Amino acid sequence: MSTVANTIEGLPRGLSDMSRVSKPIPDASLRKHYRLDQLFRHATCGFAFLVLALLVGIIATLILGSLPAINAFGFKFLVTAHWNPVTEEFGAVVPIVGTLATSFIALLIGIPVSFGIALFLTELSPKWLRRPLGTAIELLAAIPSIIYGMWGLFVFAPVFATYVQPALTGTLGAVPLVGKLFQGPPMGIGILTAGLILAIMVIPFIASVMRDVFEIVPAVLKESAYALGSTTWEVVWNVVLPYTKVGVVGGVMLGLGRALGETMAVTFVIGNAHGLAGSLMAPGSSIASTLANEFTEAVGDLYFSSLIELGLILFVITFVVLAFSKVLLMRLAKQEGQKT
Amino acid sequence: MSLYARRLLVNRFNLMVSLFAMMFGLFWLAWILFTLFEAGFQALTPDLFLRTTPPPGGTGGLLNAIFGSLFMAAAGTLLGTPIGIMAGIYLAEFGRRGWLAPVTRFINDILLSAPSIVIGLFIYEAYVVHVRHFSAWAGIMALALIVIPVVIRTTENMLRLVPDSLREAAAALGAPQWKVITFVTVRAAKAGIITGILLAIARISGETAPLLFTALNNQFWSINMNAPMANLPVVIFQFAMSPYENWQQLAWAGALLITLSVLALNIFARVFFRNKTPVY
Repeated sequence: MSTVANTIEGLPRGLSDMSRVSKPIPDASLRKHYRLDQLFRHATCGFAFLVLALLVGIIATLILGSLPAINAFGFKFLVTAHWNPVTEEFGAVVPIVGTLATSFIALLIGIPVSFGIALFLTELSPKWLRRPLGTAIELLAAIPSIIYGMWGLFVFAPVFATYVQPALTGTLGAVPLVGKLFQGPPMGIGILTAGLILAIMVIPFIASVMRDVFEIVPAVLKESAYALGSTTWEVVWNVVLPYTKVGVVGGVMLGLGRALGETMAVTFVIGNAHGLAGSLMAPGSSIASTLANEFTEAVGDLYFSSLIELGLILFVITFVVLAFSKVLLMRLAKQEGQKT
Repeated sequence: MSLYARRLLVNRFNLMVSLFAMMFGLFWLAWILFTLFEAGFQALTPDLFLRTTPPPGGTGGLLNAIFGSLFMAAAGTLLGTPIGIMAGIYLAEFGRRGWLAPVTRFINDILLSAPSIVIGLFIYEAYVVHVRHFSAWAGIMALALIVIPVVIRTTENMLRLVPDSLREAAAALGAPQWKVITFVTVRAAKAGIITGILLAIARISGETAPLLFTALNNQFWSINMNAPMANLPVVIFQFAMSPYENWQQLAWAGALLITLSVLALNIFARVFFRNKTPVY
């Protein structure tokens, strides 16, 4: 019966040792099943390998596609702000800055709100409300991004331009250093609006990671702090947050990865202008919005491959951010394993 | 103010802020849903489901777009799901040793959150450029590439929840490993795997960016797999950005349709399969 025992993963002698067994398997039926086992194992393994091939394929295709632009502009592509399809001069500064600026605004608003939501869901909410409220917040992530875009352009932007933007210009616009960022005509669309809508879109991702990591904090730790007379806030701020900080950063990075690559919502509200206005109220463009707007209409190899190079840059940035997030979350999981 | 009073005050203030954060989140959900119902509900007429997209100023519905969306989502799911389930089985059942499984897991989690517009670019470069036309096939491939990571992730997680004693019991009865997996562990994890597939369908139903460069759009009724195919998200994008009143009206109706079906799928998946499901 050793053949059967050998087929179970996790036992000391696994399948990999089986292949080295020199004795032929006597029973015909056992032999058949052994072969089927091997086939099954290799088939699933092949599909897992496909995922790796996919990643390599994506990177290779994007690099190949952007070769003409890389050859033509080289490093200059990353540091010039021209984007002129007529004279075929392309530089990625405006879309890159737009992408980073909108994502930064999204995190600036999204992180504190997500923390508040996670705090509410883990410490304050009555038990019976946790599930429905958590689901409602997660539904924010389920709404398709094009809906955010439409709503943002037709409903949110006019309200924002009438009530919020003049107020911002009046208050923050008067502050010496950062004031310039909040000046400009209140058009409703632009970098700030895109950042705000991205904030709403990343909240569910960050909040649900935060809630999940807050829930793994051992009750003993929190009870000890309560027993010493801490308030709920002090327990969360001084015990729960330090204990889970790696996971929280991982969640924030996950949200950042989402914000960087978001296409449709941003395309609707960012204004799609190729220029550095120096104000958050002014229209701009992000990498994803430039691609969505110009890709199908691009003529000329250089234009085309410049757009693909933009896509490559976007992929590399999000890859690094997401990989970082994953490493942090894995570290937290490991730590959890050691402590319990 | 005494230290004690100050600490109480800080506590109360911050907990209030947390309550407001919760309301802030729910506020947007409510606002967006309210807008969709207000703007889209009146356009929900039988015509919407019976007629194809109109020219500017004319009357019509979204029949070709609804069909295209359903068809491409179904085909993308059918193409991506088996691949995802097989790879998920490898990660959960064979991947406890060796280098391939951890690397695949890592890459998969990154692909899960990779910008969908890059997936569109990839299919464009790898397929559309070579055949020289946009097509439904390209759209299906792009959607399948989005389905795969979602299904891999949930399949693996759900298979790992199956206790080892179940596998050992089956093996002790003399079942070969492929039988143990297909007839015991996968069956035990069936509900969870189906949840994953439903969430994947919900995810691709609203995807616009990968379809822009692959399936593009089609004003007319078409079931030709090698021609551009209409689909709700791209039609909404095009119509919403247009200056024509009737197109914008249809865009809102389409938006309401998509959102309701995606939210319904999500809630259904969460309520009927009460396993813990991550957001994507």
